[in-house]
Amino acid sequence: MARTVAETIKEITRRHLEENGGLLFGQCIRAVGWVNNSVPDCKNIVEFPASDVGNMGIACGAAVAGVRPIIVIRFQDFMWLNSSALVNYAAKSKEIFGTTTPIFVRALAMANAGCTHSGVLHGVFMHMPGFRICSPMSPCEYEEIWDDFMSHDVPMFVSEHRGSFLHTEEYVNTCQPADVTLVGISAARFNLAEAVEILAEEGITCNVAHCYWLKPFKTDHVLKALANTRMGLVVDAGFEICGAAQSLAYNLMWQTGKPVKALGLEDRSSGVSPASRNSTPSAERIAETVRQAFLEKAENQDCVGISDARMSGAGT
Amino acid sequence: MCLIRHFELHAAQAYEQKLTPGTVYLAVGQEASSATVSMLTPGYAVFTQHRGHSALLAHGGDPAALRDELLGLESGCCGGRGGSACAQDIAIPMYAHHGQLGESIAIATGYALASKKPTLAYFGDAAAEEDYALSSFGFAATHKLPVLYVCEDNNLSILTPIEDRRNWNVYEVADSMGLATANIDDDPVLIHDTVTRLLKSLPAFINIRTCRHLWHTGVGRDGPPEWDRLDEYRSKVPDAEAIENRVKESVEALWQEQLQRQ
Repeated sequence: MARTVAETIKEITRRHLEENGGLLFGQCIRAVGWVNNSVPDCKNIVEFPASDVGNMGIACGAAVAGVRPIIVIRFQDFMWLNSSALVNYAAKSKEIFGTTTPIFVRALAMANAGCTHSGVLHGVFMHMPGFRICSPMSPCEYEEIWDDFMSHDVPMFVSEHRGSFLHTEEYVNTCQPADVTLVGISAARFNLAEAVEILAEEGITCNVAHCYWLKPFKTDHVLKALANTRMGLVVDAGFEICGAAQSLAYNLMWQTGKPVKALGLEDRSSGVSPASRNSTPSAERIAETVRQAFLEKAENQDCVGISDARMSGAGT
Repeated sequence: MCLIRHFELHAAQAYEQKLTPGTVYLAVGQEASSATVSMLTPGYAVFTQHRGHSALLAHGGDPAALRDELLGLESGCCGGRGGSACAQDIAIPMYAHHGQLGESIAIATGYALASKKPTLAYFGDAAAEEDYALSSFGFAATHKLPVLYVCEDNNLSILTPIEDRRNWNVYEVADSMGLATANIDDDPVLIHDTVTRLLKSLPAFINIRTCRHLWHTGVGRDGPPEWDRLDEYRSKVPDAEAIENRVKESVEALWQEQLQRQ
């Protein structure tokens, strides 16, 4: 039976704690399912008190001592309280002091869990220097980013999503001549395949580029896909304004000269009730954004080659 | 104490002559705490505060690298990038403070947990009020970590005295969490005896009441200091004058060596 993402994390963690002498820190680690069954029952787990402001500093101190700690932040919104030592010390220590603070931050996201438990904050950390930032959503991706962490000496911010934990499949990038390239980040990637199907029925063909390396932004496969299309759309599970999607779209536009839009969460807080939620862009919302992009392009008379039928179908 | 005093006076001079690219946090008047604690803690890992020149010098750090750090030179202890608040010498090992008040307390605590090595954390009375400081004391007590927390209590957060900031004492909070604690003046003999006792029961917290002679940052003065422990000991220690003159000359030479190259 194929391994899930959660099982992969668990196995990596067990190896690190039992064989490398690593430490794992977090609050309520042993309670309620061991963080969605992603933490092993083994030695070297340190339960933190609910002292969010101080805990990250303690974990950073363990990193200074050389044990490459893992810290589990059960909801990314809690990073607001946990960030100071990470941003001000761990991320700066190599550049400013010439010392290293390699710490592996597992920051978990979750959809539709209210205004302080639904956040996806990797864009905030992308803004700050000194981190490697990724958002793996498959078992092999997770293995890769762990190996990367172990071979570098800077802190890594891992934007996990609970929605990925039971996944076993790997994601396939496509790079054919098509109309648009959809670039997915975090849980937004779960909706790309359906968006591709919706758009295909309307005669719009798509390439798909999955992105889990956000900083450094690994662009090779994205650029190849984009080279075969007229435009791109970067979709993220975080906020759109000043977020990862806008940042990467800007980067891609300058590299390719092609129009690339960004789509993320709307600029409002997310409530609990279905009507008040601010969810990861759905397949339909992704499709609608692509339709609008085609319309805008047509209005600018730049969209040579897109058939009239597609134009007339767009926006319906 | 003499080394710290005269190094800091030269640093003040360099600052006044605009030779330092950043500001300086000087420990003039606060020499006794780190000078005495360092005698009893060889081999301890040291995490210091923004006013950390004194700890570096007391624990045997490289004064030339500290001087060059203040002057913004690549040969500085942080390559000139950190400045006055970031004194470090990994050979001790002493790790730089990053400028976020008191956060090195939490980092020192995590270091002690992971390394199991005896660890010192220096900080001021305002840093001790930070959330991460208080939670660190509790964490150290819970895990029985080999840490000595040294609060260099000059009663001032910039210029705001403790009585305007809080109605509680940090050492009492530390005591309530299960740390061995003491609250004393900065008399070196008293520090020596108290630290000797506390080191037998780590984790521990010592509040040392000290007297900062200069402003929080820079070299300004608001009048004569309430006390000067170094001056007091000039008349108590045999050969004090000869010792101080010798140190003074070596510090003078240290600074001149670099300034003449500028």
